[in-house]
Amino acid sequence: MNKKVALYWLISLLILASMLLSACGGTPATTVAPVAPVTEAPATEAPQEAALPNCGTDPILMNVVFETGWDMPTQLTEEFTKQFPNVTWNISMEQFANLITTTPMLLSSDNPPDLIRLPTMVSFAQDGLLKSLDEYAQAFGWNDWPVPQLNQNRLDENWVRGSGTLYAMGLNYSMTGVFYNKKLAAQIGMTEPPKTVAEFEALLAAAKAAGLQPIMEWGSAKSGMGLAFPLQNLMAAYGPVEPINDWIFQKVGATIDTPSNLIAAQHLQDWIEKGYFPPDINAIEYTDAANRFGNGEGVFTFNGDWQNGGYDAAMSGNVGFFLFPPAEAGGGYAAMSAPLTYGIAAKAKHADCAAFFFNWAATNETARQINVDGMGSNPGGPVGASVPTVAAGSVTIDTLAAGPLLSGAMDFIANATSSIFAQGWTPELQKMVGGQQDAAGLLKAVQAEYLRELSQ
Amino acid sequence: MTSDNHPVAPALSRWNIRRESIVGWLFILPALLMYAFFVLVPFLFTILYSFFRWNGVGPMTWVGVKNYISVLQVPNLVGTIFNAFWLVVWFSFIPVGLGLIVASVIYRVATGRFGAVARTVLFLPQVIALVAAGIIWGWLLALPGLINQMLSAIGLDALTRAWLGDFNWALPSVGMVGIWVLLGFCIVLLQTGMGKIDPSFYESARLDGASWFQEFLAITVPLLRHEIGVCLTVTVIAALAAFDIIWVTTAGGPGNATSVPGIQIYILAFTQRSIGLASALAVMLMALVVIVILPIQWLTRESAQ
Repeated sequence: MNKKVALYWLISLLILASMLLSACGGTPATTVAPVAPVTEAPATEAPQEAALPNCGTDPILMNVVFETGWDMPTQLTEEFTKQFPNVTWNISMEQFANLITTTPMLLSSDNPPDLIRLPTMVSFAQDGLLKSLDEYAQAFGWNDWPVPQLNQNRLDENWVRGSGTLYAMGLNYSMTGVFYNKKLAAQIGMTEPPKTVAEFEALLAAAKAAGLQPIMEWGSAKSGMGLAFPLQNLMAAYGPVEPINDWIFQKVGATIDTPSNLIAAQHLQDWIEKGYFPPDINAIEYTDAANRFGNGEGVFTFNGDWQNGGYDAAMSGNVGFFLFPPAEAGGGYAAMSAPLTYGIAAKAKHADCAAFFFNWAATNETARQINVDGMGSNPGGPVGASVPTVAAGSVTIDTLAAGPLLSGAMDFIANATSSIFAQGWTPELQKMVGGQQDAAGLLKAVQAEYLRELSQ
Repeated sequence: MTSDNHPVAPALSRWNIRRESIVGWLFILPALLMYAFFVLVPFLFTILYSFFRWNGVGPMTWVGVKNYISVLQVPNLVGTIFNAFWLVVWFSFIPVGLGLIVASVIYRVATGRFGAVARTVLFLPQVIALVAAGIIWGWLLALPGLINQMLSAIGLDALTRAWLGDFNWALPSVGMVGIWVLLGFCIVLLQTGMGKIDPSFYESARLDGASWFQEFLAITVPLLRHEIGVCLTVTVIAALAAFDIIWVTTAGGPGNATSVPGIQIYILAFTQRSIGLASALAVMLMALVVIVILPIQWLTRESAQ
């Protein structure tokens, strides 16, 4: 019996051992050395006469990963192929939430994307999965473009964002602020955008008194808590933007629990308690909030210019936009403004062509027009680049006009760490809505979560 | 002859047994290989990863049991475990209890076409994609949704609320979705068990004047203990290791009102990219499930014997 049992175990162990060995062989490499910027041209490309990297003349199939729900990048590739017929595109579409989980696998695969929408950047660069774009920036003159366009995609030697090596580019640059329903705003006596927070709060009170929904916003954990938008706007109204960016960029010693941020959070708590947000906000998803605002539910909504097309379609000519006002009249305007970030895999086969595409998208007149028509965001590019035309009555006129008014730009507080939104802002703001958290507790809880994540 | 045969017969017998056992192993080898590849290997790797700091791509660093200590600092971890046990009531006790009653009624009363239709309708949630079900339930339970409209129609406006966004009602609402999903499974399994009960038991009971409820308690429930054990095991695991139903309905919100360890594992692994921490929590969750399931298994086996 003992021999038989021993035989069973031996066979089982042998099977398991062989499975383990084979599985070990298939696991991701445990050491991935950071890859230095590639300077040589891809094998498929012939040496170019011009000094600038480009797509050559041989047929190239670009392997790209875009975000589901946005057609603009695909429209750009179609236009690019019209202008450079030797380049064709193999486009994969992924939901943004899926990109967070699949990007590391895509970047480390044997056939990595030449161009990919990046949900986050720092950890991929740290792992050597992203190509440094410094040489391309030098070649194309991107370093001479307005500084805010590129600095969010730069990483220093300590992997802190804001300066250093360029690892990604923005296809465009979003602008956030307050959208308003023109008819409802007129109904509560708004003749021009508010110039101070106090004026804005007076409008909210007037909307509430008139029986209107003052602000439409989303807050379901499935979408992530939309109250982070007004909160960050309030933070930038009551304090400088630099400490907020320092916190987002994970600079040593940075904290979100500051006196000015406490004032901002207290204002948000006050808005919640006065019923300025929908009572079911904790169950409202992003798309529901956009639809409900489009259907006339809500005088204001905090959102970004990526929603311009949706709002224009739902309430053509009846939607306006303004930057969230400063605390004091005459103060500077600040807003969250982030690039629509795309990167090139470290092992991409056609990196030069991808970099050429970045430059083309920001400088080609037709590409810039497609960019603005498709998403409504600023296409960036060099100072003096062509200004795309915008259809009369489109809210894009307002969002593009807001750009020059900005004196401070921030990334999103939801992007400080990979899960600060899911583990910090969303649950704590939901608790504030439910009366289970106050302003001081919110900032302390989020800071504690931030430190916990950084320590891991 | 006799003395010569004695040493040979056991040798032949041992060879036969060995040959049969080898043949037996060969029969189960394909299934064993699949099981090893899809269950045992990931299981062993999960344990292995739990001792490393790793983001899924970069270098792995050995940290010993540090992940098991760090994971205890995950926000509201105790609360998520409490939520999982609270879900046992909704995912397990109610579907099994209700399943017993419904299966018994169908078995006794509706044996014809109506019974088959009822069984199919109740089993249908098992074959509907859970993501689609989550979206539909999200609409039904929203503030402007059908459930609140029905409450308003009968004058119960005071009860209307965003069920999945309410701190007190989100977990019971998710629990209701769990009942909807798991009830059909329990009914089908229990009714299959009822088919194996000797009808003479019921005849004897009826001759003795037993009511339906007395038959149910004295015959049906005791003789279905094994099936009840299977139902309890499957549904308790579904509650403690819940992920999909929660993810598609609330994603753990509002606050952490519906957050369960499965959600935390997902966030740690795929959002925070802390594979080691996620693996440590997964191992701890597995241990918790085993601790809860083993007594159920032991009790139902004892009963079956």
